[in-house]
Parts: sequence; structure tokens; C-alpha cells
Amino acid sequence: MTNPSDYQYVRSHEWLCYVDKDTVRVGITDFAQKAMGDLVFVNLPQVGDMTTAGEPLCDVESVKSVEDIFSPVSGEITAVNEELADRPELINSAPYEAWIAEISNITDTEDLLDAAAYEAVCAEEE
Amino acid sequence: MELKTPLYDCHVALGGKIVPFAGYLLPVQYPAGVIAEHMAVRTKCGLFDVSHMGEVIYEGPDALANINKILTNDYTKMDIGRVRYSLMCYDDGGVVDDLLVYKMGEEKYLIVVNAANRHKDVEWMKKHLFGEVRFSDISDQIAQIALQGPAADAIIAKLTADIPQKYYSFIDKVQIGGIESLLSQTGYTGERGYEIYVAAADAPAMWQQLLDAGADEGLVPCGLGARDTLRLEASMPLYGHEMDETISPLEAGLNFAVKLDKNFIGREALLAAGDPQRQRIGLKVLGRGIVREHQDVYAQGRLIGHSTSGTHCPYLGGAYAMALVESQSVQLGDKVEVDVRGRRIEAEVVPLPFYKRV
Repeated sequence: MTNPSDYQYVRSHEWLCYVDKDTVRVGITDFAQKAMGDLVFVNLPQVGDMTTAGEPLCDVESVKSVEDIFSPVSGEITAVNEELADRPELINSAPYEAWIAEISNITDTEDLLDAAAYEAVCAEEE
Repeated sequence: MELKTPLYDCHVALGGKIVPFAGYLLPVQYPAGVIAEHMAVRTKCGLFDVSHMGEVIYEGPDALANINKILTNDYTKMDIGRVRYSLMCYDDGGVVDDLLVYKMGEEKYLIVVNAANRHKDVEWMKKHLFGEVRFSDISDQIAQIALQGPAADAIIAKLTADIPQKYYSFIDKVQIGGIESLLSQTGYTGERGYEIYVAAADAPAMWQQLLDAGADEGLVPCGLGARDTLRLEASMPLYGHEMDETISPLEAGLNFAVKLDKNFIGREALLAAGDPQRQRIGLKVLGRGIVREHQDVYAQGRLIGHSTSGTHCPYLGGAYAMALVESQSVQLGDKVEVDVRGRRIEAEVVPLPFYKRV
């Protein structure tokens, strides 16, 4: 699966894409979902909570383990993808459509990578 | 430095995701994934490399006396060709390991132990040898493959006619597709199936012929991930989780394998401890989330124990856990709460096993 060229990425394997100039959607990359395996639960964050770049945004559970998902930006969580509550496997089947949270009022970001730079990070880890 | 089982190259060729486990490099899953592998075992068939398990032999006129002394189960009345589960305890009643005993002959027993405990077990067994008995650790010469699932019978029948007909029985020196094997009707999945012991050098050929024979039956290779979800769904205890040095077999609810009417190491401590202060229970998670091991369990706000294993059970379609709690602190149907990383999740006390093959 190719990483969309209009998305941005962080080294901890999350992606973000802008839905308007001050709002991003955040999810996890194909590399990350493959590493975790079949997901069985997404512990969605709370709308209205503030999130900090580089800090845990929420956690997801695969059959084998629990993994923290890190927020690529600081801001306010304005929406969560409720569909994932019942269908966590969407992250496995369509990682770049299965967004986890929408974050607005962004005040800070992690170091963001384009698709090519992110793929270089993945190649190093493999 | 982890060891490779004789099937390591087969796992790599099949795209297995290799992880270190109990000192060995083993596949945690193949490309199909843990859920698909789990479902294959429940509905069709799965093939597992369990060559990491340890095997030891007691042989000689005092073999029976030795195992009866060191193991909690009673082997006095047992036919050749049968398999019997046991615990091995310390003097204080804590568990050294759980294991299977195969009666090979009137004076010969094969014992299969957990990989992670092998060296500790061998040391303990050697330390307690007495009388006329020869003890040997043959783990490195033996490979073990598990064929598990409703199609296991059809698959094994393509390769041999000498099939053990009873659960927990075996036939030694069976020719399976021309390879000499010990064929045992046992397993760790809660499903009907077989475990096949062969010389290490024969393992790749055995693995391949089983995959070939099972191709039309939906047989898939399965990794450690599915092995764990299957045993949890079938509520089978795992050493280091449901029992260990600090959890007695009686607390773990394994009374059926503890014969207090004979003498064995740990018996006095178990008798002195009286009725177990803790018990193993089953939990079905009602709230959202997955309970894992070592999470605190509360009944009406009071801490009563902790979870020992837990995961999402793919066939049952929900999260389940086993827990060790104060005896009689809860009853079937009671609601409890489990602390999952600071979040309280509701669960119901349900009967064990969670899954039982019909």
C-alpha cells in the first residue's frame, strides 16, 4: 500500500491530513497497522479534550497487545471516528481512510515528514 | 542468542513474523493474521510448530516411583499408550511446571514440559532422582508439530491408518507418510487434533506433507498468537499466568491432577494450606476494552484479585479473561470491575471453559 502523497507523517507512525486550514484528521499508517496485526479495540479519545504533540492520544489493542497512538499535533479534539468503536478492523483494511480523531485549534506540531521521507524511516526500521 | 527450531526456514518461507519466545525464534503469526488463523482452527484446521517444547525420558525399574514422587498426579494405574496431565510442585506447593506424561512402556515414560521451564525442570528432576532409573533430556533431538481442528482427522487419515482413537492416547512408531512418528491425540487449542513427535531432521518433510495433505481441507499454518488466543478461549491454563511458583495448583482449580491420597513433593504444604484462599474464575468483558494479565479486579468497589490472562477471543467474538480472586468473593453471574490502565471496565463472572467444542 502506498502512503498518500498529500498526507504528512511522524516517526511514531501516525499520519495527518488537513480537512481545513486549522483542522487535521489523524490516523495510523499502513506500516503501523501491519506491525500491530489484527486490531480488536480502539480506545477512542474524548471530544473536547486537549492533546499534546508527541504525547499519547489514545490506545489501540491488537489481539496480542496494547499500543499507544501519539498525537502529531497539539490542539483540541473536535471529533472522533465513532465507526471504529464497533469496527476497529477498518484500521487494518483501510488505514488512510480510518481516521481516529479530528484536532482543531492547533498550537504545535511534531516534526512532520512527507511520504518519501516517511518511507525512508520505515525502510530503516524494517 | 535465541535458538531456531528445525522448522525455522519453513516459517520464514511462509512469511511468518518471527519473534523470540522462550529462547526460540518462532512465528507469532503468518500473513493471514492471528484472527484468520484462530478461526481456521475452530472451523477447519491449523498447523503449529511446537518444537520448542521440552521432552525428557524416565526409564528403568524405578521410573514409576520417581514420577509418582515428583508429580502431583498418580501414574500407578495407567495403560501404555495413554497420556496424563500433571503439575510438578516445589516443597511449598508452588508450581515448578505443568506437563504431560506419556507411558511408553512398563518402565518408560516420556514427559513433555514447557520450553521456558525446560532447564529449571531438568535441574529439579535430576536433583530428585532415586533408585534404578535413567533420566535423559532429549528435547534437542525431537520436533513437535500440532495439527488442530475439525479437519485434523481427515488430514491425518491421508497419511496413516494408525490413528489413536481416544483423547489423551497415542501410538508410538507410526509411519506418517513414511516418517517414523509418535502420534498423539492431544492439543492446546480446545479443538480435536493431534500432536506429532518426530526426529528433528524429519520435521521439515513432515511439516510440508501435512500442509500438502491439508491443502484441500483449508489447513493453514498458525503462529504463537493464535496458539495463545485459542488456549485462552478454551480456558486452558498457561504456566506463568494461571499458575506459577506462587500460585498453587489447587488455587488454579487443577484439583483433577492433584492426588492428595498419595505421597508427592509439595503434598504436605498443600494439605497444610487447607482450603485454597484464592480461586481461578472466568470473566466476560461487558464494557469496551480488552482485559490483559495483571489487572486489578474489584467486586463492589473492593479489590479481590487480579487477571492472569486475557485477550479478544475471535470465535466467541468478545474479550475474555481469567482471574485469580479471593475464594467465594464472587459467584457466577456477578458483575465485577477491572482496572484497565486507570479505566474501570465492567465484566461478568462466567463459567469456565469459555469455549467447549460440541
